[in-house]
Amino acid sequence: MMDELVIDGVRLESRFFLGTAGYPSPAHLRDAIAASGAKLITVGLKRTLSAAGDNGFIGIIREAVQAHGARLLPNTAGCRSAREAVQLAHMARELYETHWVKLEVVGDEHTLQPDPFELVQAAAQLVRDGFTVLPYCTDDLVTCRKLLDAGCAVLMPWGAPIGSGQGLLNPFALRTLRERLPDATLVVDAGIGAPSHAAEAMELGYDAVLLNSAVAHARDPVAMARAFKLSIEAGREAWRAGVMPRQDFAVPSTPVGGHAFVLDA
Amino acid sequence: MTGAEAITVIVDGRPRTLDRAHTLADLVSQLGHAQADVATSVNGSFVARASRGTHSLAPGDSVLIFKPIVGG
Repeated sequence: MMDELVIDGVRLESRFFLGTAGYPSPAHLRDAIAASGAKLITVGLKRTLSAAGDNGFIGIIREAVQAHGARLLPNTAGCRSAREAVQLAHMARELYETHWVKLEVVGDEHTLQPDPFELVQAAAQLVRDGFTVLPYCTDDLVTCRKLLDAGCAVLMPWGAPIGSGQGLLNPFALRTLRERLPDATLVVDAGIGAPSHAAEAMELGYDAVLLNSAVAHARDPVAMARAFKLSIEAGREAWRAGVMPRQDFAVPSTPVGGHAFVLDA
Repeated sequence: MTGAEAITVIVDGRPRTLDRAHTLADLVSQLGHAQADVATSVNGSFVARASRGTHSLAPGDSVLIFKPIVGG
């Protein structure tokens, strides 16, 4: 059984955080949540004029969260300034009845990468307002330090742009964050495409992985959720077991002691 | 402003004429939402559910209504 992750005093039995957007049907989402074993499920807020329904997705999410002992993590997706993100976070806290927030402040429409200045400003305000802030950030070490100084409980650097499925584009930067922030809770969020990417993140020593598109857009989302569950557990076990160091040269594993057919003098 | 005066507010970017004084709670109900199902902001600032019943709308107020959705 995987060791627990503790955030803000809450024990999470899974290091797999799962997003809820883009699934083919509410049933697929329900079954994927079950197969993933995820205990932290992300949701959002949207402006709406009418009282029209959401095709049953939100109801499914609430039922699944209750059935599996999970909790919701609302995001501030679509916000472009600290002010917008702070206002949306307050609305999310009221609607979802949680003080946890995945803080997102978009800085570029193409990459959807965060605006680091607005992100830090929003984080500081929300921490003052009593939120547990999990910011979606880039892999910039200095920005990450400022987010921690602002009181963020967790850092969630990207592996690659949201929804791109490219995996860990800059393992050096992610490794650097892990080494330079040894006491921080680090979660790779965004850009994960395959279970191997998630395992790689966990083998780097990251504490969890957050992903959405890699499951929702798979040919079989439920099977893919199960595959990610296994890969995240495997990566965590590998980290704890201690992955052997890389070397640039060969080291024979079979102890033949030199040439097999030539007797030593 | 008397109770009979109509005002125009902006709801989710679209003008809406209200035929009498409205609170934010009145508007939410008029739009067909249960109070607990949505979150609201007026002129870019969050207005808590508990305050909607006493929050009177003024001409030109910009109201946004938010609902839970899926998200990553």
